[in-house]
Amino acid sequence: MAKRVGMEVAIAAAEAVALCRIDVAAVYPITPNTHIAEHLAEIVADGRLDAEYITVESEHSSISACCGASGAGARAYTATSSQGLMLMHEILPIVSAMRLPVVMGLANRAVSGPLNIWNDHSDIMPQRDSGWISFFAENGQEAVDMSIQSFRIAEDPEVMLPIVLNIDGFQLTHMIEALELPSQKEVDRYLPPFRPLATLHPDKPVSMGAYALPDIFTEVMKVKDSVLIDSKKTILKAWDEWGKQFGRWYKPVETYKADGAEVLIMTMGSMGETASIAVDELRAKGVPAGLVKLRLWRPFPFEEFREAIKGAKVLIVCDRAVSFGGPGGPVAAEVKSALYSDAGRPAVLNFLIGLGGRDVTVENFKDILEKGVQAINKKPAGGYIFYGVRE
Amino acid sequence: MTTKKKYPEKWTELNPGCMVFEAGSAKAHKTGSWKAQHPVWDNRKCIKCGVCYIYCPEACVSRTEEGYYAADLEYCKGCGICAHECWPGAIEMKEEEV
Repeated sequence: MAKRVGMEVAIAAAEAVALCRIDVAAVYPITPNTHIAEHLAEIVADGRLDAEYITVESEHSSISACCGASGAGARAYTATSSQGLMLMHEILPIVSAMRLPVVMGLANRAVSGPLNIWNDHSDIMPQRDSGWISFFAENGQEAVDMSIQSFRIAEDPEVMLPIVLNIDGFQLTHMIEALELPSQKEVDRYLPPFRPLATLHPDKPVSMGAYALPDIFTEVMKVKDSVLIDSKKTILKAWDEWGKQFGRWYKPVETYKADGAEVLIMTMGSMGETASIAVDELRAKGVPAGLVKLRLWRPFPFEEFREAIKGAKVLIVCDRAVSFGGPGGPVAAEVKSALYSDAGRPAVLNFLIGLGGRDVTVENFKDILEKGVQAINKKPAGGYIFYGVRE
Repeated sequence: MTTKKKYPEKWTELNPGCMVFEAGSAKAHKTGSWKAQHPVWDNRKCIKCGVCYIYCPEACVSRTEEGYYAADLEYCKGCGICAHECWPGAIEMKEEEV
């Protein structure tokens, strides 16, 4: 039976990963991921988990160790934050191209400079095109559930792709939440053992990571794109089965009071919780406001996204990273491009919020939503706004 | 990818992760065309020590029936390591003719 516990989310995420019976963990500690790294090390050292915990000298090494371990047929896990992910960047597209189902927990943190250890999404956004499946957790329970789901989805023979699970640094990782930890028996029922496509073994030689000449590189890129798009089918199936077994249901795009909403605000990760309170307060006053939460970032759920925002006149996109000198925040840029061919598309407003750990309060979200209400039936101004910037 | 068929007909036929299950399949892909120089052996100076064979990073130098050495120019990149290592000076790098 599942156990109801009060636990720090980073610790709970490490417990969830241990329940997945990983074979190898290679994690280099970096704030705010450190508690995941430390707690996993503790679980292995205490003998609660029969796994190899590789103490590496950098994040470039941790992801490379996971790449090799996964190639050898091991279930491999890593976790990092910010600069650590930037150091891993070189290896990320290699892991996906080699179809190695490594799972990574990313405690999201702002990227330097200037140095800032607090939460935003500027670490994950530059990795967008690495060919990884990318999930965003909204709370501790989702961080636990999705850690387990990730191994099952990544290792599905139809998928065989790495997954990064975004868990907002501090806002989630360092929060103590009441959550349900599934039992080992329940996790074993949901997650079958890893069956690799091939393993590095002298008895049956195989070359992994072979090079591709210009004559064949385009075809390889086509495969990468196609496999990532098709992974959505497996993701939906895995979430459906999770719902049936555990009673908690997951969708690529979640909505909250979106029915009949003329103004929708879109968030990713932990901010959905705060934004939902703002929506409640405005709805109580008769303001037609609603919330859309994007859980699946890659593959981008175009179909579900269009369905979720249908009928809205204004869509406010909250970005937690800046695309300097570009068209706005990276999420808004994608949303606008997804909507370009739709005749009845809403006006899109783009707010850059919560950068480098700046708090975004319920009052802030109400203010942003009211700005959205003012934009109904007006031609959108375009561009983007650094919300709350001192001027 | 197999040596019999150099490339699959369609992208859907690629092995997952481009894994190669056959040993020595790189032979099917000739990679010597971009070199600017190639090694030429003077067998009068060659002492058959095999240093060129050991040092060739492409493993394209092999032993001939007479015990001398030669490079397979379809894979040689013209790096010149064989010539540099050959202490009797039996290998000379010559410019490719355009």
